[in-house]
Amino acid sequence: MATLEMSAGGVAKATSPSALQRKISQTLLRALTGVAALFSFAIIFIMLFFLLVYAYPAIRFNGWGFFTSPIWNIGNQYGSGVATRNGFSGAPGAEFGALVFIFGSVLSALLTMLVSVPLALMVGLALVYRIPRQLRPIANALVELMAGIPSVVYGLWGLVVLVPWISNALAPWVTSHLGFIPFLGGPTGSGTGLIASVFILSLMVIPIMVATTRDVILAQSNAIFEASMALGSTSWQAMTRAVLPSVRSGIVASIMLAFGRAIGETMAVLMVCGSAINAFPSNIFSPVNTIAAVIVSQLESALTDATGMAQRSLAELACTLFIITLLINVIARAMMRGADRREGRGHA
Amino acid sequence: MTNTFAETAGKTALKTRISQAWWSLSVACLVAVIGLLFAIFAFVLARGLPALKPSLLFTPTQGIAGGLSNAIVGTLVLVVIGLLIVIVVGIGTAIWTVEFAPPGMKRVIRFMVDVLAGVPSIVVGYFLYVALVEEAGWGFSLIAGALALAIFMLPYVVRAADVSLTNVPRALKEGAVALGARPAMVVSSIDLPYALPGILTGILVATGIGLGETAPLIYTAGWSNYMPTLAPTHSPVGYLTYVVWTYISQPFEQSHQLAYAAAALLMIFIFLTNLVARSFVEYRLNRGR
Repeated sequence: MATLEMSAGGVAKATSPSALQRKISQTLLRALTGVAALFSFAIIFIMLFFLLVYAYPAIRFNGWGFFTSPIWNIGNQYGSGVATRNGFSGAPGAEFGALVFIFGSVLSALLTMLVSVPLALMVGLALVYRIPRQLRPIANALVELMAGIPSVVYGLWGLVVLVPWISNALAPWVTSHLGFIPFLGGPTGSGTGLIASVFILSLMVIPIMVATTRDVILAQSNAIFEASMALGSTSWQAMTRAVLPSVRSGIVASIMLAFGRAIGETMAVLMVCGSAINAFPSNIFSPVNTIAAVIVSQLESALTDATGMAQRSLAELACTLFIITLLINVIARAMMRGADRREGRGHA
Repeated sequence: MTNTFAETAGKTALKTRISQAWWSLSVACLVAVIGLLFAIFAFVLARGLPALKPSLLFTPTQGIAGGLSNAIVGTLVLVVIGLLIVIVVGIGTAIWTVEFAPPGMKRVIRFMVDVLAGVPSIVVGYFLYVALVEEAGWGFSLIAGALALAIFMLPYVVRAADVSLTNVPRALKEGAVALGARPAMVVSSIDLPYALPGILTGILVATGIGLGETAPLIYTAGWSNYMPTLAPTHSPVGYLTYVVWTYISQPFEQSHQLAYAAAALLMIFIFLTNLVARSFVEYRLNRGR
């Protein structure tokens, strides 16, 4: 770090003609790169601040109803007059409750974790311990390629292949054979809905978790595995009872990052979730909606609101999603840093 | 290797068999996940390649049909301008972090950049929509779209540049300083060339991500049936992911064909950038040996 400081200071002092130039060069470089660094540092605060200021009228207008009401209604756009609450006005009859969307986001992300965490752990373990050394680079490349597929392409596949399969094959079979289990019976709908969202989201987060699982296991010393084997455990026991617990914090952090990704994913979910409004899902086939998806699907109609309150309420939704994901990410990153430091790894 | 361990260490045949069963299950999971990946690939290529006629590359979209030239050029222009922004800001951030930042600030910047990577793309998109499209009055525009992509790509470039710059051998820099190089010269002739393959890998990864993004563009770049005008503001830009998203829900066969063709093109672009990025990684590993 200090090399450049040195170049401007101590060493150069003796050869004075260039000393000033050095100082200027140093200051200029420092200032220009500092501006860039400031931007990278501040952009999150700028985004959050701007969205909060823009959403402020909606925050006052909606009050706590925003978090407790399941009704999202931009109000009567053709009536006269306005509805005023707490000094801010919306269209008559307007009510902006985000409960359905918040519930949908959290539920689909949680179910995604339920499906994808065990799967990703298994795949990560297989990748490290069961794939022949020669095939490993290929398998790694495939996993990374999977993480690079754009979310609209997942959405496209979901809409054209997965959704018809759910509606024609999976849903009828599940409701007729397993319908006695709560949330598995009842109307099957069109195939778009909770189960389709969870399926697509799982496909999208599994590669991320697999990559981290693989990396933390590879970074861990082999001694733990060998010691456990020497004590008489099978390779699976050594893996799950000795190695995995030793890298627990890294894996938990990667699960949280994946949760953050799942809760913020927009396009793929938007294409297969069924865009429910004002209704909670009644079973796993019901249409749902998420905060991220509703920001896209509701903007067109929000733009018709002459009072602008619908648009500001969407900003309040964006703030809600932003703060949820910020909290998840800050905790996960802090855990990762802590794990790295404890286990003696550098900045990853 | 683990096989022999399991065989010799298992005290009872049952324990070993349970262990084997779990391993088989995990390999089955791996095969299933890779199989699904192939299914998606095969689906997009099987539907997209037949639809991808050469004429599409030279005709702009017209309503629900036409070609993709406006979307292809739009995507490339948005990504290139986004990259220009992100290269300047990202590498600048990394240089400051590595060379000038006090240790505490180093940690803070790295933390903030990591957290930025987790911000949902739609939040970035809605922020720029409110700030630039509405409040600044720029309308749907090239600059708003490129900025949205830049914010989204920033963490990947900063991280890659940070790691590569940190790994520049100290002796090289001290040598340059001893020979009388100015700070700007140390950065431009020692740091950046040495770190270049790593930085390029990061830029390529960011390119792949930028190519495939939709949510931050919908309300910043908007959509246009015409070729991009390159006007920075007040002129919406078309892009490929929009075609995939909207044209598949139109009730017309021609628009479905366009959506599949656009998806295939996207996959090809992203596959190529990944391939080049990986070959850079290989090159670096080989050089290191």
